[in-house]
Amino acid sequence: MRVVIEYDICQGHQACAIVAPDVFGSDEIGNGVVLITGDLPGELHELTRRAQRNCPEHAITISD
Amino acid sequence: MAETEPVKDWASDYDIFAHDFMIDPYPFMSEIREGARPIARTERWGGSWLPTRYDDVVAMAQEHDVFTSRQIIVVPPVPGAAEGAYSAVAAPPITSDPPDHRWHRRLILPTFSPQSVATFEDGTRALCNRLIDGFIANGVADAGEGYAQQIPARVISAMLGVPVEMADEFTGWVQGALDLQNPKGRLEARMKILPFFHAQVQDRRANPREHDLITTLVSSVDDHGDPVPDSYVIGVCNLLLVAGVDTTWSSIGSALWHFAQHPEHREQLRNQPSLWPMAIEELLRAYSPVTMARIVDRDIEFQGCPMKAGDRVLMAFPAANRDPRHFPNPDVVDFEREHNRHVAFGSGIHRCAGSNLARLELRVALQTWLERIPEFDLVDPGTVTWAAGQVRGPRQCLVRFPVATSPVN
Repeated sequence: MRVVIEYDICQGHQACAIVAPDVFGSDEIGNGVVLITGDLPGELHELTRRAQRNCPEHAITISD
Repeated sequence: MAETEPVKDWASDYDIFAHDFMIDPYPFMSEIREGARPIARTERWGGSWLPTRYDDVVAMAQEHDVFTSRQIIVVPPVPGAAEGAYSAVAAPPITSDPPDHRWHRRLILPTFSPQSVATFEDGTRALCNRLIDGFIANGVADAGEGYAQQIPARVISAMLGVPVEMADEFTGWVQGALDLQNPKGRLEARMKILPFFHAQVQDRRANPREHDLITTLVSSVDDHGDPVPDSYVIGVCNLLLVAGVDTTWSSIGSALWHFAQHPEHREQLRNQPSLWPMAIEELLRAYSPVTMARIVDRDIEFQGCPMKAGDRVLMAFPAANRDPRHFPNPDVVDFEREHNRHVAFGSGIHRCAGSNLARLELRVALQTWLERIPEFDLVDPGTVTWAAGQVRGPRQCLVRFPVATSPVN
């Protein structure tokens, strides 16, 4: 599983980092960033999907 | 002053200042949302539209060029506010449109990132403990005026680098500025806030400080590399004060009002502290304190509603956040809710810039209270008073608690 944040869509709600702080963080202006490059370990898949479903801007894309 | 004519039909004649709506707006919001006209209309208070479904509220928030934020108050502007020395002062970035919105917002966002606001956590906790020290021996306290109301004005004062001793005065100004049924009081509040920040700006130009938001702002440049005008800095300070105080205190107060009536939720957080971040989001969803207004830029038909340029729209974020199409059992507070795309902080380019600070204050205020006063309930639910208008939360909220179990630190 890989995950990306569409930077032009993200408005910095930080919902992803609240749900899955091991996967998502914040840049200097508070927009979301993905902390893990490459494949996500299996134990983070469920939380990552939940983070996607909690993003108010629909800015998170997951590819399996 | 108050228009007291009773509401006969909420979809065509809603009144956000109606007494019953003030006490408990959710049944009325639900009636509108689930009725034939989910975008309600009223001619009261200068006239406005009220979208209540999540999809409509979010769609309008995303269309920021049609539904602009140039005026964010649902009642008409205060007579006289458009004249005089401070006529050019607005509340950037929320009142700004692109392209200026971009730099108006860029200059303040770093101050409100999660990592920046974290530096205020220890000070906020110390403040909350001091407040609790003041009443913990009494066995009774006003969770609204005695606690929730005291916190945000002091935190924002520290952030702005203005005297914390003036916090009660700031609170009075903010209450005046948001007293939508009292235009004269709003103008008076504006004429205290703007000259105060004007003087602060002059002071920082002459005497720059370190780690001081006003100093940072006055030494900033816009997108063209030109120094930012004083009116921008005064406007940002105006926004941070007016938008950062009443809103957060209302949120803290609503959450304490909820916890006072839900011992099972207090226990759940004691047993599973890892639920705190999601609990904060759920409380923000269920008790969203803020409804922001928009002004329609040009004639448009939206979901069958004929909107005219200049019409006001009241973005019912609290109603959207209880839309059953997006939130199953929306009136139930559930800290383990799986899907929570709440828009308590809005949506789109005007997402609340202070959301991370608000969350921090809310979490620290609640955690500190629940650690020191784990058991408490309302003295009398019927005597709780609520603020009306575009920011909703309890004002007086008397709670009682056993004294013996709560030693002073």
